[in-house]
Amino acid sequence: MLGYTIRRLLALVPVFFVVSGVVFLVVHLVPGDPVDHLIRTGSSPDQRAEIIARYGLDRSLIEQYISWLGRVISGDLGTAIVMRRPVATLIWDNLGYSLALGGWALAFSALAGVAAGAIAASFRERWIDHGLMGVSLLGSTVPTFWLGLLMIMLFAVQLGWVPVSGARHWTSLILPVLTVGLGGMALVARVTRIAMIETAREDFVMLLHAKGVPRWTIQIRHVLRHALIPVVTILSLRIGLIIGGSVTVEYVFARPGLGSLLIRALSQRDYPLVQGCLLFLAMAVMLGTLLGDLLQAAMDPRQRDEATR
Amino acid sequence: MLLSVEDLKIGFGLLEPLVGVDLGVDAGEILGLVGESGSGKSMTAMSIMGMLPLMGGRIKQGRIVFDGLDLTTINEGSYRKLRGGRIALITQNPMTSLDPVVRVGRQIDQASQLHLGLDRKEAKSRTIDLMDRMRIPSPQHAYDLFPHQLSGGLRQRIVIAMALAGDPDLLIADEPTTALDVTVQAQIIQLLVELVRDRGLGLILITHDMGVIAQTCDRVAVMYCGRVVEYGPVARLFDDPRHPYTRALISCIPQLGMAPGTLTGIPGMVPSSQNLPKGCRFHPRCDSVLDNCRLREPPMKTEDGRSVACFLHEGGQR
Repeated sequence: MLGYTIRRLLALVPVFFVVSGVVFLVVHLVPGDPVDHLIRTGSSPDQRAEIIARYGLDRSLIEQYISWLGRVISGDLGTAIVMRRPVATLIWDNLGYSLALGGWALAFSALAGVAAGAIAASFRERWIDHGLMGVSLLGSTVPTFWLGLLMIMLFAVQLGWVPVSGARHWTSLILPVLTVGLGGMALVARVTRIAMIETAREDFVMLLHAKGVPRWTIQIRHVLRHALIPVVTILSLRIGLIIGGSVTVEYVFARPGLGSLLIRALSQRDYPLVQGCLLFLAMAVMLGTLLGDLLQAAMDPRQRDEATR
Repeated sequence: MLLSVEDLKIGFGLLEPLVGVDLGVDAGEILGLVGESGSGKSMTAMSIMGMLPLMGGRIKQGRIVFDGLDLTTINEGSYRKLRGGRIALITQNPMTSLDPVVRVGRQIDQASQLHLGLDRKEAKSRTIDLMDRMRIPSPQHAYDLFPHQLSGGLRQRIVIAMALAGDPDLLIADEPTTALDVTVQAQIIQLLVELVRDRGLGLILITHDMGVIAQTCDRVAVMYCGRVVEYGPVARLFDDPRHPYTRALISCIPQLGMAPGTLTGIPGMVPSSQNLPKGCRFHPRCDSVLDNCRLREPPMKTEDGRSVACFLHEGGQR
């Protein structure tokens, strides 16, 4: 298991170089000149040259990439052009909010999704199954911003249980977590249900029945355990999405977060900040996938051996 | 009789995969259940195991009497205690019969913990003992392996050990060697025969291999399309097969010294249960059809310790 972990980590190194190259280039391929955003209309060419020199925009792309990568690896992501603060600080300040929202949303979709899927699979083709799957279809198709607004209307405005927006108190986290988590929960519930139904058809499950193992022990200790293997993959793929992709929810609930930071950086053409955010999110996706693979290997001895061979 | 199945009929919705199955097995005896795929052998096993409801089927008629108890009348809770405890199943494919993420030793433990009330330590020592008796090399080490780390033959030994862990009186082996290499097949069959002789178990051996039946069984039930068509002691059935289907099956066994090209098959195919022929179910493939065969199903006639359902033997005449 340790060897497997180390090998998986090493495999991420080339991926990191490719991703960082793409992240670096993407911003240069987007039309629009950042220098134009930094100077007031009617500034002199001298002022313009000074800014280009200050941000290294006059050097070749390769030089810019190498020096940028060198700084990135040493932990310096540069200074945001518009916000005039270190990119690392900006990301760090927003990361807490994103992690809280993403973490709780992920936990909610995992727990509620697995529970709903397991119940639906165990009462297959009965009203509880149809009900749960209907709700989950709704959950995965309703746009998050609309769901968020509806929940604000009901729980914050009408009932007054939670704050409308902001991030001052933990109760303000409830609605955003539900909004982000419901989509994930719907997905997890469907995957869990299908995986459990498929597993229940396997020969070894028949043999467990033939061994006289109680039905619920079979469902939970054997069938559900197998069904969790694909669920882990789904969840690990969602880590990056939830941390960086909750922009609409952050806007609806007026919460800070990495998604909003990235959108703001993009609209202001703030190169260092865009690069910093993208790189950070790419890392989150990579680490999420790694975590998923490691969990899978821990749960499935076949996978472990396949990788060791 | 340890187990007797009397006039069993089962239904899956409107389909009736088994109609009129009668057979019995005694302690220390091997009953062979033979027939082509789709003849209802596995369904008979599932019926005895009480696992039809899991597959969406039910018993419509008849009795399954095990050790004096009619199993068609007991509830699921009591059935569960019998399953794996007093009646155990060995399935066809050792590659898929074991939980791939649980260590094989633990899978054997599970049965003795459930049915003999052993704690984990006792179960482990019983398991290692059983694995040793199944001639699994270095059982202490094998205990902690996962199924994919074992060969097919070893996995089937694990499945057999698992079936024995609950100390059953009756063993149902559903084509236990079909998925294995020929060399391993003989070892596994040998192992099963020894178990029956040494421990006085009853064994129902399901197979489509007449050769295996001839060598190991005491009695045979030949099944076709959900019916037992011939039933009797193995030696007499092979010496003097009465049903044309039994005759055809025996003539399918290849023999040494046969002229090349003379090995026969049975023409036609097993009809599906949605599309059964009228009259005797075998008549479209039979080589000695009478007029009656196309009209009615022949009843089972028992005479002199053997039964056959064929109009050729109506009233005991040949």
